[in-house]
Amino acid sequence: MPEKVLMKGNEAIAEGALRAGCTAYFGYPITPQSELPAYMAKHMLPRHLTFVQAESEVAAINMVYGAAAAGARAMTSSSSPGVSLKQEGISYLCGADLPCVIVNVQRSGPGLGGISPAQGDYFQATRGGGHGDYYHIVLAPKDVQECADLTFEAFDLADKWRMPVMILADGLIGQMMEGVVLPPARDLASLPAKPWAVGHQGKSGRPFNHVSSINLVPDELEKSVNDRFERYKAIAESEVRSVSTNCDKADLILVGYGTSSRVAGGAMALAKAEGIELGLFRPTTLWPFPYAEIAEFAAKGKKFLCVEMSMGQMVEDVLLGVGMSGVSGDAAPVHFFGRLGGNIPNEDEVLAAAKDVLAGRSKPHRIGFADRSLGSGRNLGSNRSRGQ
Amino acid sequence: METATYKHPASLVPLQTKYCPGCGHGVIHRLITEIIDELGLQGSSIVLNPVGCSIWADLYFGTDSVQPAHGRTPAAATGVKRVLKDHLVVCYQGDGDLAAIGTAEIIHAANRGEKFTTIFVNNAIYGMTGGQMAPTTLIGQKATTAPEGRDPGEAGMGYPIRVCEMLATLEGTRYLARGSVDSPANVRKTKQYIKKAFEAQMRGEGFTLVEILSPCPTNWSMKPNEAVDWMVEAMVPVFPLGEIKNLLATDGVAKAGGVAGTAAGGKK
Ligand SMILES: Cc1ncc(C[n+]2csc(CCOP(=O)(O)OP(=O)(O)O)c2C)c(N)n1
Ligand code: SF4
Ligand SMILES: [Mg+2]
Repeated sequence: MPEKVLMKGNEAIAEGALRAGCTAYFGYPITPQSELPAYMAKHMLPRHLTFVQAESEVAAINMVYGAAAAGARAMTSSSSPGVSLKQEGISYLCGADLPCVIVNVQRSGPGLGGISPAQGDYFQATRGGGHGDYYHIVLAPKDVQECADLTFEAFDLADKWRMPVMILADGLIGQMMEGVVLPPARDLASLPAKPWAVGHQGKSGRPFNHVSSINLVPDELEKSVNDRFERYKAIAESEVRSVSTNCDKADLILVGYGTSSRVAGGAMALAKAEGIELGLFRPTTLWPFPYAEIAEFAAKGKKFLCVEMSMGQMVEDVLLGVGMSGVSGDAAPVHFFGRLGGNIPNEDEVLAAAKDVLAGRSKPHRIGFADRSLGSGRNLGSNRSRGQ
Repeated sequence: METATYKHPASLVPLQTKYCPGCGHGVIHRLITEIIDELGLQGSSIVLNPVGCSIWADLYFGTDSVQPAHGRTPAAATGVKRVLKDHLVVCYQGDGDLAAIGTAEIIHAANRGEKFTTIFVNNAIYGMTGGQMAPTTLIGQKATTAPEGRDPGEAGMGYPIRVCEMLATLEGTRYLARGSVDSPANVRKTKQYIKKAFEAQMRGEGFTLVEILSPCPTNWSMKPNEAVDWMVEAMVPVFPLGEIKNLLATDGVAKAGGVAGTAAGGKK
């Protein structure tokens, strides 16, 4: 039996990266992910791997750009305000087709916001948060085990598709401790060759490599973006991942990722004890999003309740998925329950929101601001007074 | 008797450049590539071409290249050099790239003692975007964004930044020199500075930077020969030429410790 070790989510991300063959890490301190650079410093410096505490997140992502261009498995990590600063660099990485791993252990915003867990960066992560037309893969771990496993796989996906892969966690996932079985460390010699990377040109005599995102010829730039979108199509066809639990038996499916999927799972268990069947659908890839799976449920007339730590962001992807089914929105209504500001929804309030949906007491979510509310218009309790 | 034959450097791609007549970038490319040839490093050199007129450097350098975002050149060069430690890494930057948008990146790369060489092309103007004020624009010098000339007084436009002198206070810096391409003699001297810096880099000594005063006749609204005269008369007094700091272990003038504020200390 492989040994289980007790770790924080942030540490499991770091160890997963090291085992995947990450040899270059660049970061700037920010709560709630600071254990991650500390872990990297502790384990990389004695092994003479590249660890740099950068002067800013802007510098860190551009160091990743250089290290990735030179062929290393490179990574940076931060939390929401810092990830905003990285967006310029992420756009350039996507424009230059460079693989790397970027970790966002989300906290609440906007602005400096708070340091408690949140999921308000979903749009930024899944819609290409910087300038220009691009996407990149986004993976959402729900526990410490997935922190290690998804980060480990993220490096393979990045190399395979030549693009950044983002791990979208939140402060709760990053800070909590759980047992984890770590993946076996990669032999660096077994990593895929990168014939496009710079360096050692003299040894092979290959043509010179130029890593760049510039192209001033409209037709050429249009074609290169278009070609990249062909790749996106292939990714959407092959890399979508999700987990469904009890969705066949239930009329109402709770949808959540990361921390909110854990809470939704708890609410599902409470419901079961009361004799109510609820389903749980958890996207593991937020981009590409499992639209087809949502559409299939919609075609069966299921109802959805999205649980998020935001004003409602992933819910728009669920609505898109329902739209793809051809079923009318009334036949497969999408409801929303959210907490934010660092508040984490609790199982009781999610269950109450689910009962409201089942009893026809709440209105479906609509894109826009007309009927916007955090859920069912109910009086929401304070996390703090509950001692969380 | 040895005879030197004038040749096109192997590391310089035989292309007509996009640079304007009288531009300094082409001469500076030539110096860099001559030295890359002399050191036999064509197959193990990486040039980081900045955002600025020399964004085209990757067309002209017969080496691998990496093109980062505006001003982030030293951060990207840090990433490249940390991975390719035995390569020559050249971080090529203009004054806007280095001394305005990328100030944090250059200061911290210098302070960490990153072992790449920065070639800092100071033409006292934003060339690529059409003649806006640069951090190195002289007081009174006209720019599209300083139509009456740079005014540090009421208009609050600040003063020309002396990059070498500023970086000299940082202990990570080992070699900081300022050359100019106004005359054959100064071109030769500049070449010596670059060569010293590259050799120091390959020995892993620490941060090296060569600033080069360079004409931009187009955005100075001058003829090429007038631009050269203006460099000598107006720029050199503000940006004195020479080795501003030299703590290279093998250069005979090494001073132990690399003390801060050595602008005068290392100067020859
Ligand atoms: C983030 C960002 N801001 C602004 C620009 C526009 N821009 C391109 S080059 C440049 C200035 C270049 O001047 P300098 O570094 O002095 O180089 P030169 O052209 O003079 O050689 C600017 C402002 C940009 N490309 N990216
Ligand atoms: S605008 Fe100035 S710096 Fe740019 S190519 Fe022309 S002369 Fe050179
Ligand atoms: Mg300039």
